[in-house]
Amino acid sequence: MSDYEVIIGLEVHVELKTATKIFCGCTTAFGGEPNTHVCPVCLGLPGTLPILNQKVLEYAVKAGLALNCQIAEYSKFDRKNYFYPDLTKAYQISQYDLPIAEHGYIDIIVGGKEKRIGITRIHMEEDAGKLVHQGSTITTASGSLADYNRAGIPLIEIVSEPDMRSAEEVKAYLEMLKAIIEYIGVSDARMEQGSLRCDVNLSLRPFGQAVFGTRAEIKNLNSFRSVERAIKYEIARQEDILNDGGQVVQETRTWDETKGQTFSLRSKEDSDDYRYFPEPDLPPIIVDKAWVEQLRQDLPELPSAKKMRLITEDHLPEYDASIITASKGTADFYDGLRKHYDDAKKAANWIMGELMAKMNSQNVDWSELKIIPENMAQLLSELDKGAISGKIAKEVFAEMFDTGKKAAEIIKEKGLVQISDTNAISTVIDDVLANNPKSVEDFKGGKKQAMGFLVGQVMKATKGQANPAVVNQLLNEKLSML
Amino acid sequence: MMIDRAVVEKVAQLSRLALDEKEIELYIKQLNDILSTMEILKSIDTEGIAPLAHVLPLKNVMRADEVQPSMAKKEILANAPDEIEGMFGVPKIV
Repeated sequence: MSDYEVIIGLEVHVELKTATKIFCGCTTAFGGEPNTHVCPVCLGLPGTLPILNQKVLEYAVKAGLALNCQIAEYSKFDRKNYFYPDLTKAYQISQYDLPIAEHGYIDIIVGGKEKRIGITRIHMEEDAGKLVHQGSTITTASGSLADYNRAGIPLIEIVSEPDMRSAEEVKAYLEMLKAIIEYIGVSDARMEQGSLRCDVNLSLRPFGQAVFGTRAEIKNLNSFRSVERAIKYEIARQEDILNDGGQVVQETRTWDETKGQTFSLRSKEDSDDYRYFPEPDLPPIIVDKAWVEQLRQDLPELPSAKKMRLITEDHLPEYDASIITASKGTADFYDGLRKHYDDAKKAANWIMGELMAKMNSQNVDWSELKIIPENMAQLLSELDKGAISGKIAKEVFAEMFDTGKKAAEIIKEKGLVQISDTNAISTVIDDVLANNPKSVEDFKGGKKQAMGFLVGQVMKATKGQANPAVVNQLLNEKLSML
Repeated sequence: MMIDRAVVEKVAQLSRLALDEKEIELYIKQLNDILSTMEILKSIDTEGIAPLAHVLPLKNVMRADEVQPSMAKKEILANAPDEIEGMFGVPKIV
C-alpha cells in the first residue's frame, strides 16, 4: 500500500455537434481538405468580428443543466493570450471569470459505492488549428504545417474538482460524463476521434496532509485506456520522486502511448501569463431564465435515471442496466427493441451478448448498425415461438447483422424453419439408428452418453433445424422400444 | 515605480518581442507613465457600481447555426509566408 493519497482532477474538452463554428459560418464538417473550412473570422484577420453561434450557447447550457450546474445569469468571453501557431490571432477566445455554468456534479459508482464528483465549471471556447510537425516529434521537428479547419470549432471545457482518488474513479467519471453528453445530444463525445479530450491533473500527498502536493498536467490522452495507463504511470513516477526526497515540478507532461511514459512538455505557465482580459469584440451573454427552464424541461432521460428505470420497471440486474445505459447507442437500441418485444432480460442478453460481441469484433459503431431493433424483436419472437432453434437464431442474427435483412426473410430464404413435425423427425431418427448400430448397442449396454451422439447425428442430418426437444423425446421413445 | 525591468522583460518575452536596452528603458518609463495616469481612476468612488465587461449597451448578439461559404483556399493561403501542401508552413516551434 502506498504512503500517498492520489489527487486527480480532469479538464475535459467536448466538441459540440453544431453545423457551424463558434464565431463564424464555416462548416464544422470533419475531413475536409486542409484550410478549406476557413474564413477571415476564424483566421482572425484584421477588421473581422466574431459573432456567437446561438446553438453553442444552447448546447453549453444543456450540458450545464445535465451536469447539475448553476447557469450563470451573466456570462462573458475573454481572450486567453498565448503564442503558438495553432491559433492565428495569438489568443484564444475563451471564458475566464464568468463561465456559462458552475458548481455541478456527477455521481459515479466505483466498487459498488456511490461517489459524487464535483464539477467546478463549464466554459465555452474555440478550438485551435491542427499542426503537423515535420519530423518524428515536436522537439526535433524542422518546422510545422498548420491547417485551420479545426480553428473555431466550438468546445466546452468541463473542469472537475480534484475529487478523484484513483484511475478507476477517473474511468467511471469519464464514462458517465461521456454517456450524459451523448444522451443530451450536444456531442458525439468520442475520444478516439478527438470529440472528447481529457487532460489529467495529478498530484500526491501523504495521507492525512491537508494541502495538495504539486501537480503535473498530463496531455495527449487519446483513449480511455491511455488515460488509465498514464495515471498509473504518473502515480508511480511522482511516488519515486517523493520517496527519494525530491520535489515534483509543476509542469505539463505529454503521454507517449508507444513508450507507455509521460514526458515533460513545458513548465506550467502561470494562469497570469495568459493575461486574460474581456473580449471586446463580443458583448456579454445574459441568459433568459424562462429559456433555461425550458431547456431543463426538455432534457431527455439521463443515464442514471434510465438505469434506475431498467432496474425497477424492467427488473434487469444492476449489471445489465449499467451496460445498457452506458452509451446512448445501446440504450436507444434497447428501448427500440423493447417497444416490439416484451422479455426485458432476453432483450438485454441478446444486446450484451450477440450484438455487442459482433460490434466489437467487427468494429461497428451504433450509427453504422444495419440491424434495426424492430427486426431483432422479430428474430427473438421467432425463437420464442419455437420456429427456429437457438443455434439457428444466432446464424440468422449473424446474417441480419451483416446485411440488415429481416429475420423472416432469411429464415425463409435459407429454409431454416425449425422442424417440429414428428413424422419428419421420426424418419430421420430411423435412418440414424440404422446407420449407427454400434451406438445403439452402447446405449442398450448402459452407456447413456451414446444418446448425446445420436441426438447430434439427427441434428446434423437436419442441418440443425430439428426441434431439439422433439428429437430428444422421439429418440428416447424409440430407443426404449428397441 | 510599478513597472520595473523584470516586468518589461517578462512581458516582452510573452509577446515574443526582442527589445534592446534603449527600448527597455523607454518602455519602463512609458508604461509607468500610463499606469500613473490610470491611478487617477482609483480616486473615483465605485461603490455599488457593477464591473463593466463591455463598453457598448449590447447583449446576446448571436447568429443562427447556418453554414456560410468559407473563403477560397487560394485566397486564404495568399498571404501565407510559406505554403506547403495547402498548409501554412511555420518555423520550428519548440
